[in-house]
Amino acid sequence: MSSQGKYKWIGTRPDRPDGADKVTGRARFGADFSLPGQLVGKVLRSPHPHALIKSIDTSKARALPGVKAVITAEDFPEQANLIVPAGEMQVNLRDVTRNIMAREKALFEGHPVAAVAATSEAVAKQALALIKVDYKVLPHVIDVADAMKPNAPVLHDHLLTEGANPPATKPSNIAKRIEFAKGDAKAAFAKAEVVIEKSYTTQPVHQGYIEPHAALASATEDGQVQLWTTTQGHFQVRGFCSRLLDIETSQIRVTATEIGGGFGGKTVVYLEPLAIKLSQKAGKPVKMTMTREEVFRATGPAPGADMTVKLGATRDGRIVAASIRIDMQAGAFPGSPVGPAAMCSFACYDLDNVHIVGFDVVSNRPKVAAYRAPGAPISAWAVESTMDLLAQKLDMDPVDLRLKNAAKKGTKTAYGVTFGEIGMVQTLEAVKNSAHYRSAVKPGHGRGVSAGFWFNVGADSSAAAHVGEDGSVTVISGNPDIGGSRASLALMAAEELGIDYDKVRCIIADTASIGFNFVTGGSRVTFATGLAVVNSVRDMIREMKVRAAKIWGVDPDAVTWENGMAKPAGSNVGEFEPLTIAQIAAQAGKTGGPINGHAQLNVTGAGPGFGVHLVDLKVDSDTGQVTITRYTAAQDVGTAIHPSYVEGQLQGGAVQGIGWALNEEYIYSAGGKLQNPGFLDYRMPVASDLPMIETILVEVPNPTHPYGVRGVGEVPIVPPTAAIGNAIARATGVRMTDLPMSPPRLSEALDTAPARMAAE
Amino acid sequence: MAKIHVNTTINGAPTEFLCDANQTLLDVLRDSLGLTGSKEGCGSGDCGACSVMVDGRLVCSCLVLAVETQGAKIDTIEGMAGGDTLHPLQKKFIELAALQCGICTPGFLVASKALLEKNPNPTETEVRYWLAGNLCRCTGYDKIVTAVLEAAAEMREGAR
Repeated sequence: MSSQGKYKWIGTRPDRPDGADKVTGRARFGADFSLPGQLVGKVLRSPHPHALIKSIDTSKARALPGVKAVITAEDFPEQANLIVPAGEMQVNLRDVTRNIMAREKALFEGHPVAAVAATSEAVAKQALALIKVDYKVLPHVIDVADAMKPNAPVLHDHLLTEGANPPATKPSNIAKRIEFAKGDAKAAFAKAEVVIEKSYTTQPVHQGYIEPHAALASATEDGQVQLWTTTQGHFQVRGFCSRLLDIETSQIRVTATEIGGGFGGKTVVYLEPLAIKLSQKAGKPVKMTMTREEVFRATGPAPGADMTVKLGATRDGRIVAASIRIDMQAGAFPGSPVGPAAMCSFACYDLDNVHIVGFDVVSNRPKVAAYRAPGAPISAWAVESTMDLLAQKLDMDPVDLRLKNAAKKGTKTAYGVTFGEIGMVQTLEAVKNSAHYRSAVKPGHGRGVSAGFWFNVGADSSAAAHVGEDGSVTVISGNPDIGGSRASLALMAAEELGIDYDKVRCIIADTASIGFNFVTGGSRVTFATGLAVVNSVRDMIREMKVRAAKIWGVDPDAVTWENGMAKPAGSNVGEFEPLTIAQIAAQAGKTGGPINGHAQLNVTGAGPGFGVHLVDLKVDSDTGQVTITRYTAAQDVGTAIHPSYVEGQLQGGAVQGIGWALNEEYIYSAGGKLQNPGFLDYRMPVASDLPMIETILVEVPNPTHPYGVRGVGEVPIVPPTAAIGNAIARATGVRMTDLPMSPPRLSEALDTAPARMAAE
Repeated sequence: MAKIHVNTTINGAPTEFLCDANQTLLDVLRDSLGLTGSKEGCGSGDCGACSVMVDGRLVCSCLVLAVETQGAKIDTIEGMAGGDTLHPLQKKFIELAALQCGICTPGFLVASKALLEKNPNPTETEVRYWLAGNLCRCTGYDKIVTAVLEAAAEMREGAR
């Protein structure tokens, strides 16, 4: 099922176009941009997790020499209660303006309450210390279960639970109740031969991009704004800033710098509107960068959740009923990814009876942001752990249990979509046939398997293609390249054109230089922007055929495009030597001027992705430390355009999942303050923690894309936590239900296991 | 307070600068000297994105005060390629897709070069432990470790 041999360029592994820039230090990331005369912007943040802001006195800060502007919420207009898309999540503008700058209340420790611009960082910090905020500290609530209690401190007085039945009449922290049902789960559970029910928790984890947020804004007296920022979507940034600051989009030109990782966390705005407002007030450019501590305290982690899963099956392993309840943290404002968590929870399986309930719950934490397949890894932790319990109970091979219930073409999901061409079965079979799965589990080790699903996204993309006067080609798109997408786009353009990969240069344009592009997110760029690139190149080829026809004096329909050249479509057209792009370009002035192609699309038909991960590990029974000794990630990747970067997505996602499983968590004090806002205490995986990550690319082409592309970036973070939990259970006999399975938690569980197992 | 005058050699060139007593070497490299290839990921020595060599020793430049480098020889990512030729490590990182976003790449390259100068024939485990002070959130380290091992093999071959 490999794409190799079918194409000249697709499926090959050339050097990425931005490689030299990125290995020499030339590539300019967010904090690497500067302007003459720029000021330094800094943010004052709330020390309290929940407090009324009675007043803010900025007079002393303003009087400090070197301070050029001070802003508070008063500088931003009130926003309507209006939901708009933000990456893969939805946000309410009324909340967004409060998230970037607290208004009535500070809702989490680290919540911005004011910002200054000054001639140096030292002066800016001095100015922050001179701002006097009069707080009335309120009782706070951090965890979901506490936040849902009837007597919990309420964050938002206007918040009535949406979707509650009967309708909510008084405010609470439960923003929303969602429900999906298919068939009759209740009746099916009653008839099931085996029923397993278990509860699980996960903790918030940060996306952990190595590059902190950074933005440089320059506002001029005539109302124009330029902004350089590290973001997954500069059009999104433009849209938010336009709304939050009441500036027309055409007046804001946003350049996306190179981006040092995002994983969903850079699809929203934090510094950008503040930098613009400060620049407007100061009349000078303002540069703002976050410290790592600010990144942890005040930018979106992924949520934690409390969940209960129930599976009912026949003795031979057919699942007849499934249910899950998900209580998910949203952070300080409504809008957790409980929806996608719910929809993805059982999407790997072909089930007749499903019942899903989810709650979106606010508490005094930073507002969550998207993190790679937002929500899906959380529900997968609960569902895939329960799948393993079922396999153990039925004494069935865990891959066979999944094969027996796997979703396939025609499967109707609980959320209503019927799958087309998908690769869940093929991916499971690839794992079953892998050298890893066929190898014996080493003594003292455990082996775990888990599956995972993500929808993938299409959405809006624009692209342009230009022929240079020498016949080389520039392809212009508008999605920040986080992981090698320029290479994938160039490969598809070269394939379409029939010219060498090196003859195509891929450029990412600012918001004023190309049409709208939705964010780099949802695993959409190679798929959707790739399609826009393909279409723009086809538009350019069409134009080149017109030009060749003109040169030959024939009808454009009589010209065909082959191997980078215009040729007569048949012998009846006439005897003409093929024209190369360079030859057509050389005569462009005489045949109609510049040769360009354009495409603007709302792309639908994203092919959903399925992954299956396999892990071998051992557990140190004294310390509770887990050592992963072998790891294989298999995934239906559609067509691997540049296989190295596809493998890289699988490897990187798997390792983020390993961190989620084994170490990463937000730790709060009783006072509601984050205790581990740094890379020393928020422990992400390092090279010495890991083995090589083996990959199996299963290619089931997505029929809606000319090259069969399916998004690949997000699926790989979905399976790891449960694969690891399942391996630990098989290595030790202890089933972990709470993430992370860090040494302290695991050693405690191992110590208390005999007593607990006896009690059960 | 008066600025302090410091004389150094950076990437082989005599370089002098003025700094405040509390400025880090990373601040001076990035903000005063325009050498923005060294990155600040944490400012606390945990991520390694600011790795540079000071007198042949691998350091996090965010943990070194600029005034400490009086008379020192400093090597940064900007000095790694020779003229128009990339270092074998740089070539391998591109060839084997050992970077995705690229923010950690300068630090990894500086640290890897330091390793290979000390130990031209490291095992996978030695590479993994040497690079444990450099965080990468994109790659899962697999292709980075492979690139370092392959570059080392190529450099040994070239040295023969």
